[in-house]
Amino acid sequence: MKFKGKIWKFGDNIDTDAIIPARYLTTSDPEILAAHCMEDADPEFVKKIMIGDIIVAGENFGCGSSREHAPIAIKAAGISCVIAKSYARIFYRNAFNMGLPIFESRDLWDRISDAQEIEVDGDRGTIKVINSGIDALSVRPIPPFMQELIGDGGLMKHLSKKRD
Amino acid sequence: MGMTITEKILCEHTDLAEVYPGLLINARVDIALGNDITAPIAIAAFRKTGGLKVFDRDKIALIPDHFTPNKDIDSAEQCKVVREFAREQEITHYYEVGEVGIEHALLPEKGIVLPGDLVIGADSHTCTYGALGAFATGVGSTDLAAAMLTGEVWFRVPETMKIVFHGEMKKWVSGKDLILHVIGLIGVDGARYKAMEFTGETVKHLGMADRLTIANMVIEAGAKNGIFVPDEITRAYVDERAKRPYRFYDSDSDATYAEVLDVDVGKIELQVAFPHLPSNVRGISRVGNVKIDQVIIGSCTNGRIEDLRIAAGILKGRKAAPYVRLIVMPATQAIYKMALREGLMEVFIDANAVIGPPSCGACLGGHMGVLASGERAVATTNRNFVGRMGHPGSEVYLAGPAIAAASAVLGRIAGPDEL
Repeated sequence: MKFKGKIWKFGDNIDTDAIIPARYLTTSDPEILAAHCMEDADPEFVKKIMIGDIIVAGENFGCGSSREHAPIAIKAAGISCVIAKSYARIFYRNAFNMGLPIFESRDLWDRISDAQEIEVDGDRGTIKVINSGIDALSVRPIPPFMQELIGDGGLMKHLSKKRD
Repeated sequence: MGMTITEKILCEHTDLAEVYPGLLINARVDIALGNDITAPIAIAAFRKTGGLKVFDRDKIALIPDHFTPNKDIDSAEQCKVVREFAREQEITHYYEVGEVGIEHALLPEKGIVLPGDLVIGADSHTCTYGALGAFATGVGSTDLAAAMLTGEVWFRVPETMKIVFHGEMKKWVSGKDLILHVIGLIGVDGARYKAMEFTGETVKHLGMADRLTIANMVIEAGAKNGIFVPDEITRAYVDERAKRPYRFYDSDSDATYAEVLDVDVGKIELQVAFPHLPSNVRGISRVGNVKIDQVIIGSCTNGRIEDLRIAAGILKGRKAAPYVRLIVMPATQAIYKMALREGLMEVFIDANAVIGPPSCGACLGGHMGVLASGERAVATTNRNFVGRMGHPGSEVYLAGPAIAAASAVLGRIAGPDEL
């Protein structure tokens, strides 16, 4: 499981109201939610990003509400994965259940700036920052069963595939 | 080895003889909760997985309380999905508008959640029920779907942080001030992944309303659950509501705690959480002159009768300041009726307050109290993130009912002693 993309940097305690404001929760349509992804943290975010880009954040990413609309919005906006120093627990669970890959790295945030490009190897558990000399920051790899779940598109799709 | 109350309840819902922090367990669920925002996703997931029948129609609660009474066509459609599913599956605990209340006030009030239960809810404030001595935690819609299907959910057993409250609370100080103070001390991720167990001399005399408020906000410190060891105060509350047997658990004296936090409540003054984090807490004496546009009294945090009594006591014979919108929302129909009987509603109306229906709408900027850019609100709710109550350029200040009521009268953030 490998990801390569430009990074968008956010600070500590990015809450679910910033990721997808409650005023848009009258729907769970991924396309509509994606159009408002990170709107209250950066109103231009969706216009600026390219498919495959990566969010890099500080501590406690996804704190606040239990809304699954948050990982749905990030995934549908085209973000390939999130790398944060730490995650709020409900978001952590929801991200995997929705099939959004997330990684924990305590070192990356301090060593990178907006718009730099990185390569994440989820099997080996390494991050390479392109054109920077940083080529093997370690992250905890995603175990095979979780890779399979993410590959299937989240927990429920994974379960229905197993039932077939 | 001894276990904490959280570990014991989790253990009792598995086939294991003991559990310990870090252990992954599959546990049986007593009540699984969803609302009009989170249940539609769970219902779709339930159906997509081939689910035909829920595991137990008595153990699921579907509460349309967020964007109700329906605020627009889209939210009406979401409620319709929930209603049709509840009908089809003959869900016992479905409450229609007119009977419904805010989920975390309604479920304890109706005795649907009880001491010793294991409760999951697709709503982060599900942790409220820890006040009854239950294990209760918020999950996502997918976890709710899995629970509706199988009656089970997996957990990682959390470490427990013990918070010992001692000393006597100052006048006007309530459960809201205690929990805001604690969140201010440990930060919004100070209890991340952990259980918060509240104990100590002060707790022995703390009423259920204050306990519910405290447990409600442990998620704002990142906790998995908050919990009180049940006692006679709990028993008096649940005895008149329970329609099934319940069980009291206690922590063993040799249970292991990851951390112990000692808090002298006698030193705590009325608290206000400034924008944009619930941990950004100041004592009322350090607030300064903060003019406000709106006051919200209500929510799953502070919309109970005890909160309305405090607010009415302060508002009696007074009026909201000019240009200040005062909105009071009793959390359930039963609370509404009690407030009517006690004459509180007349006090609110005479103070130029508008009375809203039991709804979560205002708290999350959904409807019935949305803020414009640059506006400031004092709210007895639980979150003050950017854009929480409306425009991203608006501000929310969190406080208890005493500050909310006094601030409405003075048009700036103030405590009742300033009146």
